[in-house]
Amino acid sequence: MPDLRFGTAAPTSQEVDAVDAVVAGVGPATVVVSERLVLGGRDRAVTRRNLLLPALHALQGAAGWISPGGLDHVCRVLEIPPAEAYGVATFYHLFSHSEPVAGSTVHVCDDIACRTVGAGGLMDDLREAGCQVRSSPCLGQCERGPAVLVQRTGEEDLSVAPGSLGGVETAISSSPSVTLPQAGSGNLTLLARVGVVDPGSLDDYRAHGGYSALESAIAMGPEAVIRELTASGLSGRGGAAFPTGVKWQAVADQMGRPKHVVCNADESEPGTFKDRVVMEGDPFSVVEAMTIAGLTVGAERGWIYVRGEYPVAATRLATAVGAARAAGLLGEDVAGSGRRFDIELRRGAGAYICGEETALFNSIEGFRGEPRNKPPFPTTHGLFGEPTAINNVETLVNVLPIVLDGGGAYAALGTDGSPGTRLFCVSGRVMQPGTYEHEFGITLGGVIQAAGGMAAGSDLRTVLLGGAAGSFVGPDQLDLPLTLEATREAGLSLGSGVVMVFDHDADVVDTVRRIAEFFRDESCGQCVPCRVGTVRQEEVLVRLGGGGSFEDEHELLDDLAAVMRDASICGLGQTASGAVRSAIDLGLLGGVS
Amino acid sequence: MWLGLNVGSDIALANGVAREIIHANLVNTEFVQNATEGYEDFAAHVEPWTLDRTAEVTGVPADAIGDLAHGYAGAPTAQLMWTLGITEHHTAVDNVLALCNLALLTGHIGRWGSGLVPLRGQNNVQGGGDMGALPNKLPGFQDVADDDVRARFEGVWEATIPAEPGWHLTQMFEAMERGDLKAVWVIGENPADSEADVNHARAMLERLDHLVVQDVFMTRTAEMADVVLPAALGWAESDGTVTSSERRVQRTRAAVRPPGEARQEIDVIAEMAERMGAEWGRPTAEELWDELRSVSPMHGGMSWERLEDEGGIQWPCPNEDHPGTPFLHGRLWERPISGRRAPFSCVDDRPPADELTDEFPLRLTTGRVLDSYNTGVQSGKFNSPIRSGEALEVSQVDAESLGLAAGERVLVSSRRGSIEMTVAVDPDLPEGLAFTTFHFPELADVNQLTNEAWDPKSGTSEFKATAIRVDKVEVSAGA
Repeated sequence: MPDLRFGTAAPTSQEVDAVDAVVAGVGPATVVVSERLVLGGRDRAVTRRNLLLPALHALQGAAGWISPGGLDHVCRVLEIPPAEAYGVATFYHLFSHSEPVAGSTVHVCDDIACRTVGAGGLMDDLREAGCQVRSSPCLGQCERGPAVLVQRTGEEDLSVAPGSLGGVETAISSSPSVTLPQAGSGNLTLLARVGVVDPGSLDDYRAHGGYSALESAIAMGPEAVIRELTASGLSGRGGAAFPTGVKWQAVADQMGRPKHVVCNADESEPGTFKDRVVMEGDPFSVVEAMTIAGLTVGAERGWIYVRGEYPVAATRLATAVGAARAAGLLGEDVAGSGRRFDIELRRGAGAYICGEETALFNSIEGFRGEPRNKPPFPTTHGLFGEPTAINNVETLVNVLPIVLDGGGAYAALGTDGSPGTRLFCVSGRVMQPGTYEHEFGITLGGVIQAAGGMAAGSDLRTVLLGGAAGSFVGPDQLDLPLTLEATREAGLSLGSGVVMVFDHDADVVDTVRRIAEFFRDESCGQCVPCRVGTVRQEEVLVRLGGGGSFEDEHELLDDLAAVMRDASICGLGQTASGAVRSAIDLGLLGGVS
Repeated sequence: MWLGLNVGSDIALANGVAREIIHANLVNTEFVQNATEGYEDFAAHVEPWTLDRTAEVTGVPADAIGDLAHGYAGAPTAQLMWTLGITEHHTAVDNVLALCNLALLTGHIGRWGSGLVPLRGQNNVQGGGDMGALPNKLPGFQDVADDDVRARFEGVWEATIPAEPGWHLTQMFEAMERGDLKAVWVIGENPADSEADVNHARAMLERLDHLVVQDVFMTRTAEMADVVLPAALGWAESDGTVTSSERRVQRTRAAVRPPGEARQEIDVIAEMAERMGAEWGRPTAEELWDELRSVSPMHGGMSWERLEDEGGIQWPCPNEDHPGTPFLHGRLWERPISGRRAPFSCVDDRPPADELTDEFPLRLTTGRVLDSYNTGVQSGKFNSPIRSGEALEVSQVDAESLGLAAGERVLVSSRRGSIEMTVAVDPDLPEGLAFTTFHFPELADVNQLTNEAWDPKSGTSEFKATAIRVDKVEVSAGA
């Protein structure tokens, strides 16, 4: 039994039903057969603990909040100490802890992209209309802001973008279709099927070349797949650009323990929405690529961790997984290979930090999404402490053309240092915001041109490259090739492929302060440099907004940046000062002599 | 899987598991043939231990014993780990040998991820043994009766070492009773609370001509002492090493100065030597360590620098190029094996020495709970939100038949003494079994009840199995 106290509140019958549906088929962690025989153990405990996040989603969905009685019920059935479950439930933005006053909660994105296109006004309008409104960090719909997420009690969540008073009030039930500016262009590899195939149809996916890569991979065998992957030069698209072939080889080399493949679909870097486009428009490609990964590294379990703000992506992925399983492409014998592999879907609940791979593991396992120290690395100690290949959505879908056409053909694209193509999330003051696929080597100016150039009447002032964890660059960088090597040389990072364009009308001071606020809010609080550093950084920016002088603050900002970069456990703290610093260096905040 | 076996039926369980492994053809025959001896005798010895008979003696369902046997034998790697539930019996060594038989049957030994693992209760129990705090061993587990070994130590120590083994703790108390042991220097122990049949132990300590206690706290034993030497803590106040359960030697570092008059233990011992007329000077921890390396081959390769750089090394590590040894007995997998074959041991089930009778019908077993430690010397001074104090926990059935309710006061008696305790009812306990900790001797002096009967092979008393009687204490009317 849990070791800390339960309250006296009782769960409602709806809450009990919702939670019991999630844990159906999983008995208690400890079974007292008699005072002479008790069944329990780590495996049983692990199996139940990782149902905590789905159970909390069930509670939130059924009651509109995590009620004390409901939380106690979850703790009882999963045998989790109430204090621990409370710590997990309060870790996430999307779980509410006060009794709801309306049937749904409307989350309006007021992050860096949406705040420039009327998020504030929309929130005021919705509040006036009586909605229960909460401001939200980036909802990943930056190309069509202001974005809205409606959490509905007893029904599925909704994405509405661009949000408007009428749109939210009528709560449109048809999910938004993916808009792809390049749709129909013959040059697409990763996005070739997006907007073309029916995302709900396995047959349509197959008719467009789907599952031929899995067939090839099974015929080639794991060693050949890794060889092609290594030859392709594919590197991770999440920001760290680690060679994917090396990662898969390391996991394949681990013997004697269960292994996992994890798809990091927790795309929460402000300004990023490319993975969402792939998952919504071509969900089977993610499932197929994960299956190849599982067979290649010798894992039998796959996990997709999709961010809680993406209800459409989650629904379509769930449909795709179910269809693949029904067709024998997942399960006990994958496509006649004699090998076992299956995928479980987990929804995040609103925590930027869970995009960090080890925080994501903790989140799946049913703990607070706090990053772990590395080493040990996920290839040896990942999910449940077992060897894990974790890749994000974009990296995974790159595997399909590599398996089909060979690593050599893939490496012929792009540049020597950055082979292949790359997805860019273009938003802000361009003619046609959206997700674009370009060969590595295109310049920053080229990306903006491909999006139709600057919006009418706008002059380029600055571009936020790589997201909140990236940097601001000026118009003098338009000729910069967007490759791993060129950006590294310039002291920049491509990050998650964010190209957010600002003109001279934009309130960049406000954007930078929002970035600082974002990091302060999203810091998990586990390590001191990040927890304290992000607060101090935001304080400086607030002081400057009140008329302070940079001269007095330079040294402090430099110190904070150095300490956060050197001593934070994970990338959040390590990159939290980059955008602020670059904005100051570019003179975007004014006041620099 | 948790099996609630009858207290003291460990050998029966192990023999039953062994027979099931043999009858289910799960024996690792290659290993048994090439690396062990005495298998035929052993197989015949355990033959009477059918699942049904084992179930009858241990109280555990026969199916569960079968599942255990199949699960253990069938696992790719498996370890047997134990703590004092195996060793605090009058059959302590036989209990361990019975477990060794299972490892030999299945080949779960001498390989990565397998083996026999006695878990130590403190960070440096293993280190105490390593450094020769055993009556028959010199540092590095070298036999004191071995002339060559003694000669090597005598050369370095420039002193003569008696060839006769000394006394272990239980024998020391017997020597006190005989009057052969008249003066004792106790370092970091609290026998006045921790010994079984503690009334007897206290009487023996009282009889000493001279008692010196060296400790970090004023324990009950220290209160009885003629001289108390306040010591520095091993942790954070002393430089040196500790050895963990997995034989890993690690450095400890002094970070703060010990309070008041407390002194480093090396200092205390060196000054004592000086008063006795030996000139040892004031060696540093590193100098003592290097001396150890010169006399203990298994520590020979562990230089102070390596311990620092590598964060710890597992013995044996005979030279500076040796990486240390992550698991023992790997030689058993060499073909042909080097050295002697590992013998099976035919050991018999022997019930606890303190027999259950009509006068003492309940079995009491003692143990530890999460937030407290042994006699409370190290843990009793701190508050804990989940500490509920000392109570005699009895089963639901026994509580009903004795007419006891939780919270009532009872007189608990064994063949050695009686104490008053508060009753708690634990629904998880089987009928006939009672449990208590011994963390709070000032509240309930539990070791007045426990049995000093000890295993002649290990010297450990049978703390885990005491026969008791529980009587209600009548509260006088009008009190």
